[in-house]
Amino acid sequence: MSNNKWLIAAWTISIILILPAVFLILQSTGSDTPLFEHLWATVLSEYIVNTIQLVVLVLLFSAFFALPSAWLIAMCDFPGRRYFQWLLMLPLAMPAYVVAYIYTDLFDFAGPIQRTMRALFQSDVAVGQHWFFEIRNVPGAALMLALVLYPYLYLIARTAFMEQGSHLFQVSRSLGQKPWQSFRRIAMPLCRPAIVVGLMFIGAEALGDFATVHYFAVNTLTTAVYDSWLGHGSLSAAAKISILMLIGVMGILAIERWQRGRQRFYHKYTGQNALFKLTGWRARSAVIYCFSLVFSGFILPVVILLSYAIDYASLNTDGQLGRVLLQTVWLALLAALITTALAVLFSFTTRVSSSASGALPTKLSSMSYMMPSTVLAIAVLIPMTLFENNFNDFWVAMGYQAPGLFLSGTTFALVFAFVVRFQAVANGTIEASFLAVSPSLDMAAKSLGKTDSQMLRLIHLPLIKKSVFTAMLLVFIECMKELPAALLLRPFNFDTLATFVYQYVSDEQLEQAAFAAILIVLAGLYPVMRLTQMGEKSI
Amino acid sequence: MIKGLVLMYASHTDKQTIHTIRQSKMSHKVLGFLTLLAFAPQVNAASPEVNVYSYRQPFLIKPITTAFTKKTGIKVNVLYAKQGIAEKLEREGKYSPADMVLTSDFNRLLEITQKGLTQANHDDQLIQAIPKQYRANDSHWFALTTRARALYVSKSRVEANDQITYEDLATGLFKGRICIRSGKHPYNISLIASMIAHHGEQQTKIWLTGLKDNLARKPQGNDRGQVKAIKEGVCDIAFGNSYYYGKMLQNEQQKQWADAVNIVFPNQNDRGVHINISGMALAKYAPNKQNAEKLMAFLSGEEAQSMYSALNMEYPVNPAVEPSEMVKSWGEFKSDTLPLSEMVKHRKTAYKLLDEVKFDL
Repeated sequence: MSNNKWLIAAWTISIILILPAVFLILQSTGSDTPLFEHLWATVLSEYIVNTIQLVVLVLLFSAFFALPSAWLIAMCDFPGRRYFQWLLMLPLAMPAYVVAYIYTDLFDFAGPIQRTMRALFQSDVAVGQHWFFEIRNVPGAALMLALVLYPYLYLIARTAFMEQGSHLFQVSRSLGQKPWQSFRRIAMPLCRPAIVVGLMFIGAEALGDFATVHYFAVNTLTTAVYDSWLGHGSLSAAAKISILMLIGVMGILAIERWQRGRQRFYHKYTGQNALFKLTGWRARSAVIYCFSLVFSGFILPVVILLSYAIDYASLNTDGQLGRVLLQTVWLALLAALITTALAVLFSFTTRVSSSASGALPTKLSSMSYMMPSTVLAIAVLIPMTLFENNFNDFWVAMGYQAPGLFLSGTTFALVFAFVVRFQAVANGTIEASFLAVSPSLDMAAKSLGKTDSQMLRLIHLPLIKKSVFTAMLLVFIECMKELPAALLLRPFNFDTLATFVYQYVSDEQLEQAAFAAILIVLAGLYPVMRLTQMGEKSI
Repeated sequence: MIKGLVLMYASHTDKQTIHTIRQSKMSHKVLGFLTLLAFAPQVNAASPEVNVYSYRQPFLIKPITTAFTKKTGIKVNVLYAKQGIAEKLEREGKYSPADMVLTSDFNRLLEITQKGLTQANHDDQLIQAIPKQYRANDSHWFALTTRARALYVSKSRVEANDQITYEDLATGLFKGRICIRSGKHPYNISLIASMIAHHGEQQTKIWLTGLKDNLARKPQGNDRGQVKAIKEGVCDIAFGNSYYYGKMLQNEQQKQWADAVNIVFPNQNDRGVHINISGMALAKYAPNKQNAEKLMAFLSGEEAQSMYSALNMEYPVNPAVEPSEMVKSWGEFKSDTLPLSEMVKHRKTAYKLLDEVKFDL
């Protein structure tokens, strides 16, 4: 009976969260054959190739940045390790479009670096004749995205490496395996679920990104979604392309699950890890590796933002920034709390439910993550305004004054959209840590006569509290940076830091909003540091 | 939590709400207060106000709306977004809080009128201020300013030439010398749509193919970025809206870009330079209709029109208002007289052609 209680709650909420996507699909059943034929015959194939290239490159770059650094921090001791373990997280606080803006400005043909190079070496060579890497292309955009997205994987992989403990690794070494073999044969398979979750976040962010790729003049499927909706005026075609993207992603995830098979790992290790001490060139390369990541993903962009902010100081003394900062933090906090609470509900339901349907709420509520944000914003408005209009009509028919748009016209719409969008982030984090709690604990609790809620409160929550907090912080940071939905759904005279910055970025004048951009970063710093501190202590 | 929410929505600023929350248990009190803070509407219903959905950046129109508030005491609430405003308005339906919409180009303006999201505004002052070709026959939309889709040409690498046409840019003469922002930007869509209106779809496609072949680099950045590229020698000629010239001249850093180019108005010997407009419309279900009418009249009036010209370097539509000194200094020119509504008919075809010639790829 109490199983049913959890099931009903989880199902009801997950259905509310999936409503926007469902309405989008329902609204878009019209025929778009001509538009599809046109897109297919012209640009779609190149968009698809670009998209695949972009996502694959972002994943590769991120793995290349995150896995070695996570391994170094989790397993080795080298100078500055204590600082690097949180410094490496800092790029997460940086919105991708801000980093993209700064780097194109820097490396563009007309940017200071190429200008200096021309002035120094090749002043006699005709324009366009000398070689310099082009930044506004797919690899360039992928590099920018990876630079700010890799911390997801770093965070998750580092925790996973730590949790698996060094004892397995030591056993493998003592059985004659080389360090690299041990890494490949022991560490990687054990941490695979965690790494896949990290890569999934990064892939979804890359897929849904519009601002950065647009700035880099790279056309992806997201471009096709925007074009068919805002250009060709067909929401239905836009929805269909979104759905195709979703199916593609789910297909890849399904293959991964199938390939992983029925492997399950439960960690029981709670001891202290013995760190390998690095010396000499090994220590130096570790430091250089970690530092260059922190430098390019955080230090350099922040220094440039600061210099903009100083140059344009007079423009920033508006006084409204304080209010905007508070509003943004509030909103992000509220969304983070709700999202995390729901994620616990969903994962717990999956665990205690005896039927297969118990796993569905988690999956359903995670699906909207793949929808491009602007499309999501409209998708949120469809059921919401439908409900409000009916409610208003009813209210007027009853002889009262119409209450107006009490959902979509208030910050409720924003919080709801954030929850719908980032539920997957919280779900992923919390689901993974629920999986790591051995089922034998549940059996023990049951045999001692505890109810489900007692079990959740007394056993599970203490065991997973670290990932509950992690989920909350991740969602918080995401909400601080979120742009397209915030832009469309915020009420009058309401700005988040991101929308405030964007009105200037959209006019390619980030300089004027540099101070606000720094505030986004600053507001993200505390959660980022907390995230890392939590990873340090074992459960 | 739920209780707090429901009470919240029942009455926005009702003291009773806060009172009730106070009486409940401690945890409820805190939660209720959080909810109140989080969802409190930003709009105060008591004072007179007008709600504007805007495709234009708020910092561009703020000085003008501030002047309006000072004069009338009516508060102006602005919601800015670059995309999706028409779609939002459509979804909100008859309970939409929007009173009027400001757009930065004509396509968007006509889109909202065609979707039936606007109503007529027959205000005398407005109709007298704005010439006939700059407003809808049924008074559903009004232009506020015009701007020319001009060419920026390098001072050092292109000889002074006022004979140049848009058509010339697709000829072999300019191979590898042209810069432009994404073809799908509304400003370029309008230009391409006007080419279709004048030359037909087939000829425009040939023109676009030629233009693409002449590009020095794949379309990217914004209009100012193209001028910067000329300064750095990437290309010699770029498309750009006229007002950017003035804006760059006023910016310390960007002045050197603007100094490297001349602004040229093409097609002076035939149909004239392509003109786009920024404009406004009265929302169909405007709850503060009278205030919106006042704001619209104000925006077309002399004070606001000269501010548009002085601050944003655009050309006023009100013939009684002279452009600012800066804008006047760029010289007089002949404008394409193609009716705006004629141009808009070809908007979707323009999109289609851009895909067909893979202009942005």
